[in-house]
Amino acid sequence: MILLTHNMLASPMKEASKQLHLKIECEEKVEKEQEYNADFLNRMIERIDWNSFCAAAQSLDVGNGLPESKEQVDSSNEEQMKKIHHALMEVDVVKGSLVCTETGRKFPIAAGIPNMLLNQDEL
Amino acid sequence: MKLKQLEMALEDVDVFEKPKIHLEQYPTTPHLAACFLYDAQNRFDDIEGKMVCDLGCGTGMLSIGASILGASYVCGIDVDDDALCIAAQNVGHIRFCTIEETETQGEKTEADPSGSDAGDEEETRIKMATVAVEERRWRARACYDTVIMNPPFGTRCKGMDIIFLLSGLCLARRAVYSMHKTSTREHLLKKAAQYGLQMEVLAQLKFDVPAMYDFHKKSNVVIEVDLIRIEVPPS
Repeated sequence: MILLTHNMLASPMKEASKQLHLKIECEEKVEKEQEYNADFLNRMIERIDWNSFCAAAQSLDVGNGLPESKEQVDSSNEEQMKKIHHALMEVDVVKGSLVCTETGRKFPIAAGIPNMLLNQDEL
Repeated sequence: MKLKQLEMALEDVDVFEKPKIHLEQYPTTPHLAACFLYDAQNRFDDIEGKMVCDLGCGTGMLSIGASILGASYVCGIDVDDDALCIAAQNVGHIRFCTIEETETQGEKTEADPSGSDAGDEEETRIKMATVAVEERRWRARACYDTVIMNPPFGTRCKGMDIIFLLSGLCLARRAVYSMHKTSTREHLLKKAAQYGLQMEVLAQLKFDVPAMYDFHKKSNVVIEVDLIRIEVPPS
């Protein structure tokens, strides 16, 4: 699971407030180089929840040098843009959990695939 | 890329090992997937450079096809872990580099030292998540450009086809592409009108359904399916 994917997910727990940030507990991650595409990255930045992205990047130790808010993103600053690209696209959590911060429910990540399914009694 | 090349590339995609009838798991054929994606790209420019979500991706046929056609990021979503395991293997195995070679018409004939890594590079563009599509709370926001799907036709779980479509419409910014039984066309058109949506039937295709389940009496059944496109209304 890369942070772009993480940013699209929300806690499925019915007690959780909408668009709640899922905390990442990372047991294993890999870094894979991916082609840098400035246009695509700019469009992604516009769509993602910045606070959630930064918090997730910090927890994976790739948050250094990221602008604090979306307004501070300078698309002409390639060094900064490459840092965002790296954190958003190139760090893959292969094992760990996503934690709903409101209920504490953990959703496992195995082989890089987060499992957001609920049990019968949680529906 | 030509339609035929795309179809050939998709022939290596493995399908369900033990299909689950309650999920209506029928593999999308390479031919169907190729026609589907080729239209989405060449008529509407909805794949290349786009952020794509494949709802109910199964073993990844449409996800992989979209990536081959140049989608910048594909998220394959399915409720079935077993299918996603096969999808992950498919994504790892498929030889994307061979397609590029045929495309450049032999320009790359000499051994390309980076060739063996080309598959890895593509692999990173397809990601998967285990999610029950019908539960609405897992998605944070509508951030995909295009949603593609070969959903359950709703024969086992009534209304599931509509639930998939509506979920897709909540995720997409441009359009939703889907496949449905031609026999349900009138019903879908009526539903679309009801929701104020613009739905276009792009093509009518034949879906070869092999005998996969015990209750299948005939060895092979061909059903007519519509390839549809629904435009996401401006918010």
